[in-house]
Amino acid sequence: MTELMEAPQSTAAAAGSETVASLSRVTKRYGNGVLALDNLSLELHRGQIVALLGPNGAGKSTAVRLLMGLSSPTAGEARIFGADPRNTTARLHTGVMLQVGRAPEMLKVREHITIFRGYYPQPMPYADIIKAAGLEGLENRLFGELSGGQKQRVFFALSLAGDPDLIFLDEPTVGLDIEARRLMWAQIRSLAARGKTVLLTTHYLEEADALAHRIIVINQGRIVCEGTPTEVKSMGASIAGSDGAALERGIKIIRCVTTLTAEHLLKIPSISTVETLGELTVITSSQPESALREMLALDQHLHSLEVQSPALEDAFLALTKSSN
Amino acid sequence: MSSAAISLPATRPSVIGIFLRELRYEFVRALRTKAYSLSVIGFPVMFYLFFGLMLNRNGHVDNLSAPKEMLAGYAVFAAIGASLFGIGVGLAGDLSAGWLELKRASPMPPIAYLLAKCGTAMMFAVIITTILVVCGMTMGGVHLSLSEYSKTLGLIIIGSIPFACMGLLLALLAPFNSAPGIANMIYLPMSVLGGLWFPIQILPKICQKFAVVLPTYHLKQLVLSVFGASTGSASSHFLALTIFTVLMLSCAGYFFRRREQNS
Repeated sequence: MTELMEAPQSTAAAAGSETVASLSRVTKRYGNGVLALDNLSLELHRGQIVALLGPNGAGKSTAVRLLMGLSSPTAGEARIFGADPRNTTARLHTGVMLQVGRAPEMLKVREHITIFRGYYPQPMPYADIIKAAGLEGLENRLFGELSGGQKQRVFFALSLAGDPDLIFLDEPTVGLDIEARRLMWAQIRSLAARGKTVLLTTHYLEEADALAHRIIVINQGRIVCEGTPTEVKSMGASIAGSDGAALERGIKIIRCVTTLTAEHLLKIPSISTVETLGELTVITSSQPESALREMLALDQHLHSLEVQSPALEDAFLALTKSSN
Repeated sequence: MSSAAISLPATRPSVIGIFLRELRYEFVRALRTKAYSLSVIGFPVMFYLFFGLMLNRNGHVDNLSAPKEMLAGYAVFAAIGASLFGIGVGLAGDLSAGWLELKRASPMPPIAYLLAKCGTAMMFAVIITTILVVCGMTMGGVHLSLSEYSKTLGLIIIGSIPFACMGLLLALLAPFNSAPGIANMIYLPMSVLGGLWFPIQILPKICQKFAVVLPTYHLKQLVLSVFGASTGSASSHFLALTIFTVLMLSCAGYFFRRREQNS
């Protein structure tokens, strides 16, 4: 079996090195005794999109709330732009999108945006906000008359109101249709391209994969792993492979219909697992090209072939499971 | 002169400016919320027309005509309604929706938000009082000098503060769904027993004695003294209202801190 020892992966590829926000050895214990964060440290660098992933109750909302100054750490410290986020002035350059049930329903979209723009020294031009959030034509509607997706876009607009340098987005695309989600993704990317820093929590793992420069997986108040989406996926895959022999990088999942038996397939070097789902065979391989050459030679009738990177979702599940 | 925009260095927007904007939109929001604006204006006016101007038109209470005596009661009744429902129920709604949380995560000064709610309730109290005065003068033969009218408005505005503080406490304690119900359970008995619906003299003696613990009673006595009734020393009524305000604020502060510790 060919064993490829890879060099330790370099983190934070090419991203800015200026730290915009940080949690340093933060522990948060709630009044009811629940330990939400356990000695957790993280840093957000300028121009980066960072996705915070974790199952419900992992502590990601707590981390975000601490960085927004809505809550105080039990130990350790939270910093944004070098200051305590509980100071109103420290938040002049931040924007926030929280999971809010509703805004006052009897105010118009335009009025909500006007109010929020007024909180900031140099707000984003009104027309730019409307365009970025895709709210054209809805400006004179009352908030209470909007659909769920439209409301979500208003909350996104409010987070942009101050033309902030640091933006927290808590589950930003919940309830959006595909088109609206793509629009928001494009907006989030363009924010980062303009040097803004974005911290995103999401349940859509695909979203983290598509957007984030760096993913931080947390569970039970601790960081399980962090890295680029590719790194996180391969770390997850190596754990999912669990025999330890599986190789970290370049692991792929092969799906096909073949007459070859599992026993036969496992003899091929680089194939680590084989699973049969109905007539479909699912194979993980660290060197898919050579594995496929052999499989195709052995089975002339092999068909319905698909080769995929392990989904982030699988990686994520594997990572959070193994930390339990 | 052309008003070319001068780009200023990034300084924090003034708290006054933010407050005025919040106040304006809070007022617009309250007006558009029919459940609030209609009931808060409608009930005092309807009750005054019915009890004060139709049923007791020719009555007298001490040296005041019944329509004038009851004008004081319904003006206070209006001020409490505007505060208790505007702040108590309104704030409870913003809290439960997570809206207040979003505002607090923004650089909005929290005082601007609270004062805007308070100011809106006061504006409603002034509007309703004015409607009541117009009703009394045109239909009940009430005579009110400009100085009496402006002093009454001043009292109604200052007198809203204790009830605004009570609203704050209510918002912190009551879950949103039950806030309107609880507000009514405080509002109505407090009003009747404080002599706001009918002159306190027609209530049983025991109720009259009990009334001195109610802020509603003291505020009405202050308005009555402006109208020329003899109601004892004004300072004792002010003292009672101050004690009530401090009590409500300290309780609200206590529950606010407790809430913060759990967040």
